[in-house]
Amino acid sequence: MGIKVKAKLKGGIVKVKAMAKHSMTTYNQAEKKTGDRENANFITHITGTCNGETIFDMSTSQFLSKNPIFKFQFKGDFKKGDKVLMSFVDRKGKTGKGKGKIK
Amino acid sequence: MERRKFLSLTLGALALAVVPASVKAEDFRKSKPAVWSAHKMDDAIQAMFGTTTTIEKGVKLKAANVSFDAGNMATAANGGAIPVDFSTKIPAKTIAVFQDANPESAVCAYSIGKYDVTDYSIKIKMGNPGSIKVVVLGTDGKLYSATQKLNVAKGGCEG
Repeated sequence: MGIKVKAKLKGGIVKVKAMAKHSMTTYNQAEKKTGDRENANFITHITGTCNGETIFDMSTSQFLSKNPIFKFQFKGDFKKGDKVLMSFVDRKGKTGKGKGKIK
Repeated sequence: MERRKFLSLTLGALALAVVPASVKAEDFRKSKPAVWSAHKMDDAIQAMFGTTTTIEKGVKLKAANVSFDAGNMATAANGGAIPVDFSTKIPAKTIAVFQDANPESAVCAYSIGKYDVTDYSIKIKMGNPGSIKVVVLGTDGKLYSATQKLNVAKGGCEG
């Protein structure tokens, strides 16, 4: 499990495209497949940092797609070569990480 | 140069090590658990923001590659991964996305920091036709929103 991160600096704004690898099982899917709603598992929180600064923070539910792709942007004193670090935690407490250099 | 490099490396390593604890932004899963179990859109918005009164302007919302246009029903071919783009120029504290097609309503909530450019894209699941609503809590304390109705040809919650 992890996150793929692509970051691009253009016109002072860093555009990030990221994909988290996760099944994002909803309660209904879990019930259908395993008979127990409690087997649902999905990413509940995703954060991103760059040079130690928080540049992305999202609480999420089961309704993001499977292997969710998400895009966001940030600006500030960041330059090409800086690393964007992303991490997520899912309902079962498992974490995933990924990073990408700003291009 | 060496020293600078060392410093930034150390800072980076530190940041990595303490990420879960040092997140200054709000984790809405922990601070507002009721939002995520609410079945109705209004209940979820109420749980999130304390009111359901929003101003319908200042927020751009685009789902399923069809521009938002009141009265138009956009159609998503695959309910399992509907692209939803939204942005706002309003200085925001919080942005949350809701829909009324699934058993629960909340999709995600962003805690906006000082570096954020409030322009996002996500992909969501929708089991039935319904509406998507993006609610922005401005730094002025007011709520702004945009809503789009969406038709779903194939349900996304059937797996």
